[in-house]
Amino acid sequence: MMRFIDTWMWGLDGWIIVVGMLCAVSAALLGNFVVLRRLSLLGDAITHAILPGLAIAFLVGESRSSLTMFVGAAIAGVLTTVLTESVRGLGRVDEGASMGVVFTSLFALGLVLIVQVADHVDLDPDCVLYGAIELTPLDLVRVAGFELPRAAVTLGVVTLVNLLFVVLFYKELTLSAFDPQLSTTTGFSARLMHYVLMILVAVTAVACFESVGNILVVAMLVVPPATSLLLTDRLWVMLPLSAVLGCLAAVLGHLMAIEVPGWFGFRSTTTAGMMAVAAGLLFGVAALASPGQGLVPRWYRQRRLAWSILTDDVVALLYRIEERGSVTRATPQTLGELLFAGRWSLAAALRGLVWQGEIVAREGTYGLTETGRRRGVDLVRSHRLWESYLVERLGAPAERIHTRAEALEHFTDPGLRERLDTETDSPKIDPHGREIPKATP
Amino acid sequence: MRAGRGLEAASQKSKGKSQKWGCWGGRALWGVALVVWFGVGVVQAEGALPLEAEGGMVEGGVGDWSRVALLGDYNSRVVVLGTSLLGAAAGLVGSFTLLRKRALLGDALSHATLPGIGIAFLVSVALGGDGKSLPMLLLGATVSGLLGVGAILLIRQSPKLKEDAALGIVLSVFFGAGLAILGVIQQMESGHAAGLEAFIYGKTASMTAADARLIGWAGLLCLVASVVLFKELSLLCFDEQYARARGLPVLLLDAVLMALVVTVSIVGLQAVGLVLVIALLVIPAAAARFWTERIRPMTVVAAGIGAVGGFVGAAVSAVVPNLPSGATIVLVSSTLFAASMCFGTERGLLVRWRRRQGVHQSIDRQHLLRDLYETLEDRGLADRAESGAGAEAIATFATVRERRVWSEPRLRRLVSRLGRQGVVLVNGESIRLTATGFDEAKRLVHQHRLWELYLITHADVAPSRVDQDADDIEHVLEPEVVAELERLLDARLRESGVVSNPHAVAGGG
Repeated sequence: MMRFIDTWMWGLDGWIIVVGMLCAVSAALLGNFVVLRRLSLLGDAITHAILPGLAIAFLVGESRSSLTMFVGAAIAGVLTTVLTESVRGLGRVDEGASMGVVFTSLFALGLVLIVQVADHVDLDPDCVLYGAIELTPLDLVRVAGFELPRAAVTLGVVTLVNLLFVVLFYKELTLSAFDPQLSTTTGFSARLMHYVLMILVAVTAVACFESVGNILVVAMLVVPPATSLLLTDRLWVMLPLSAVLGCLAAVLGHLMAIEVPGWFGFRSTTTAGMMAVAAGLLFGVAALASPGQGLVPRWYRQRRLAWSILTDDVVALLYRIEERGSVTRATPQTLGELLFAGRWSLAAALRGLVWQGEIVAREGTYGLTETGRRRGVDLVRSHRLWESYLVERLGAPAERIHTRAEALEHFTDPGLRERLDTETDSPKIDPHGREIPKATP
Repeated sequence: MRAGRGLEAASQKSKGKSQKWGCWGGRALWGVALVVWFGVGVVQAEGALPLEAEGGMVEGGVGDWSRVALLGDYNSRVVVLGTSLLGAAAGLVGSFTLLRKRALLGDALSHATLPGIGIAFLVSVALGGDGKSLPMLLLGATVSGLLGVGAILLIRQSPKLKEDAALGIVLSVFFGAGLAILGVIQQMESGHAAGLEAFIYGKTASMTAADARLIGWAGLLCLVASVVLFKELSLLCFDEQYARARGLPVLLLDAVLMALVVTVSIVGLQAVGLVLVIALLVIPAAAARFWTERIRPMTVVAAGIGAVGGFVGAAVSAVVPNLPSGATIVLVSSTLFAASMCFGTERGLLVRWRRRQGVHQSIDRQHLLRDLYETLEDRGLADRAESGAGAEAIATFATVRERRVWSEPRLRRLVSRLGRQGVVLVNGESIRLTATGFDEAKRLVHQHRLWELYLITHADVAPSRVDQDADDIEHVLEPEVVAELERLLDARLRESGVVSNPHAVAGGG
């Protein structure tokens, strides 16, 4: 059933997950500031634009030496940032467009160069785009007596560098993310921070590209920070949370890569791709269910408020019918017509009111109980006091006050009601000539 | 913001002209220009069809440039036509997305098509096909591209995440899903997954006549949609609120624009691949922006630049060996962009530099004339000079440099230019005003002081500060304003026609 249990090998799968996690953490740490500075697409641009830097580094170094590669990538990263800035500033081109012009041109240049150097070095664009995380445990180096995968060592170092950067420059990064002008005036150049951040993004992209491919770098740079941004309002929570989410996505992605294709009768698939999908799934869950920002909680709160306002309206309407001694029969149909309420929401409101013992149904019509009448008195009293207040104190024209009072009555508590009463000198009748009911005991 | 405002202003300026000319005249001319781009292409592609059904690689390395450039053989004709049509269509649609500040939408969109392509492949294999049916793959690409757009719109609803994050999330997650699906496909025995790679990097060289025809028709569709909805789309790009207030269905128009982007991206996938199709949408439009301030010419120029980029890029990669065609097309387009950025006639760097240079020169000229006049005035010579002996007044390079922070060479250049213009006479180290120069200088000093006076009496600016403020505005005072100022301040005029200096001259006039 669970296929990954049968095929699991710590030596292999363990390292794949570790590499994925390191990549996720190193990218997500920087990603928080990238997302907060609204530069998500610059991250994307840089990860594409390091291609020519790598190609030239190969041409110069004649090998896949790490150092030349990192230098080439860092230069390409700075170049992308500088070119984007200068096309935007000098050419007065809109920022998105200047980014689009620069990174596609650099990527195209990179493709051409790579085809040219492909004869000398084993490097193809596929590798840059998808990576080969499955092969990382096979490429080992000896560090301090242990046999470790080369990618894990490289990524470990980069993660450490990024972590140090974020911890040491936490204050400066925060300031320049939220208020670049203030940051620059207090002496920490926001522009310098911007460039350092972009260099680190480029270096991280290079460290990750062989193992996971640059698309996963973009995914880990943007998606976990965006997810944790939905979950919290505090930066110091957001940072570790995004790292945890990134790790979770790495584990989940690897399991999914083994498991999901099995449902359709295939063996397994690209882990890097599935890690991006897992990060996307986590984002989807947060977007739907996050307590503060999620779509579902927001929808629930809205329905809940609409329901409570509708019950208020029903009770107030029933009270007014009683007050006038009107012959109107309060059937669900008439209520619906008078309150402009849909059938289902009205039914829900009526059921709730009956259950709370505020109204009773008699022969198809509804009437107030004693509790319900008290609530009706409060509401109508609030409404009419508001009307008096609006006319007397604010000089609003009498024909316009009803809608405002209608909105305000739902949010008026006893204390506010008595203040309104005092402010308007306890009037007996409202501006429309109706009696204002006495306060309930 | 600035791009949009410039265009708007320009279109308002042109309104008067176009109404005189007949509102339809401009539109017709513009329509004809665009129809020519596509019409010729479609007819050619259609004409090319009966010759052969399947194209192959153009043999590189022959160096037979004329064969490709003159569309001599069938393959190059198809490829070159297809890519130029694609470039033109993308340039046209890209103009709108650029002005709508959604230039990178195409990037996210084209990445989002990948899972759809993979799923369509799997489905058509499951249904018994070989998975290479183009309509099926394009349908899959369209569906998942539209899903991507939907996801972007949903994420944007969140108050905390902005457009860039929405694009980044959709781009990477959809592309990751696509890679995962491709990973599955590569293990299949039945399918020939190799063809799917073409969607990522493009396969221009093996473009068939059917592909070219598809691009042609898609381009025509974009053209018709943009011509019919031109007014509405431009309003949407420049002033969304106003469009909404006028009762235009903004959401629907946005959807139409996105559908056009999807159309171009999908047909572009075949040619240049999904990473580079965004370049075709962005680069020509951004380049066209340097050549014009008006939206109609901009669409035509963008389509033209896109077509030239496609044409030259495809031709070069067909002739030179070992050049990937998609990348070459993009590089040619970005070269055109760089050229436009330098030499564009409206917003190009060179033109703007020369314009700024012109303003600087005229400001320097006015400053020098004013300085010379005030030197005369200090010596009490101004009245006498007016009586006809302008040549009598003398200042030297040194005295001018006491009043201004100009470097020696700059001053000498300025003086010799003014000498050529006939307003000053230079004799060794001494500078004199000619009669014309004197009149102009008098007028300038008059204006400067009028403004200073106005600031002191009507705007309550401290006398010690007015000189700088007046310096900013004196160069752009119109005769009507000067007349108005004279009327306001008439009491202070002297017989000489020049207002006396309203503040102490200690710091230089």
